[in-house]
Amino acid sequence: MVHFTTEEKAAVASLWAKVNVEVVGGESLARLLIVYPWTQRFFDSFGNLYSESAIMGNPKVKAHGRKVLNSFGNAIEHMDDLKGTFADLSELHCDKLHVDPENFRLLGNMILIVLATHFSKEFTPQMQASWQKLTNAVANALAHKYH
Amino acid sequence: MLSAEEKAAVTSLFAKVKVDEVGGEALGRLLVVYPWTQRFFESFGDLSSADAILGNPKVKAHGKKVLDSFCEGLKQLDDLKGAFASLSELHCDKLHVDPENFRLLGNVLVVVLARRFGSEFSPELQASFQKVVTGVANALAHRYH
Repeated sequence: MVHFTTEEKAAVASLWAKVNVEVVGGESLARLLIVYPWTQRFFDSFGNLYSESAIMGNPKVKAHGRKVLNSFGNAIEHMDDLKGTFADLSELHCDKLHVDPENFRLLGNMILIVLATHFSKEFTPQMQASWQKLTNAVANALAHKYH
Repeated sequence: MLSAEEKAAVTSLFAKVKVDEVGGEALGRLLVVYPWTQRFFESFGDLSSADAILGNPKVKAHGKKVLDSFCEGLKQLDDLKGAFASLSELHCDKLHVDPENFRLLGNVLVVVLARRFGSEFSPELQASFQKVVTGVANALAHRYH
């Protein structure tokens, strides 16, 4: 089980308090679809994904990105039991959505990059380390129920 | 691997990079975010905290050296395997570095660029850079046996 120190939890929470979930969520998902184009296969119903600007402006991408990042907010409130917190979502992504768990790690890395672009001052090496640990742990929790 | 436009975009962004600082910051952040990587740098002295690592002159110097070779790679994007052949052998035969660490350093470099360039680091630029760092990591792993 991943253990987060008090300092790591505080760092994550302090940056999270400044995050605009719709902006960061939408941008993270959009960047995933642009940087790793094969991920678009999971979003065939989202309409126009034909260019970077189309993806960045796509309302369904923004809405879904916000939904995904909101669940990250839930993770931050339950950092001591991520596997429990993500159990249902893990089963969903395996049994219904058939998403390769590697994509969770890729999306986690996108979130870090978006945070870095938006929060250059706050995104110190320690902040990066805390968030990298969190995104890795969430990715593992989402993969945990795969069979 | 990269289109002409992607090469031009990568080159023009990299021309604005302060090579002296970015290399040290990328290597420093690697050592902080993935602490096991410190094992390769035991002779570097004080790595006992994030501040110590980021301020460590040997980390800065080595980071600059690494980024200089990355810059050289940018001039040979059509033959990264050739460009990094000797460094690949060195990292395998003498330094014994797990090639996964090249991918990690590449990802840390992308984060450093994102932090420094903010919104200028567009998704398209990120996609191009990700291709480059992945290509360099693969080239560095290519001679492993």
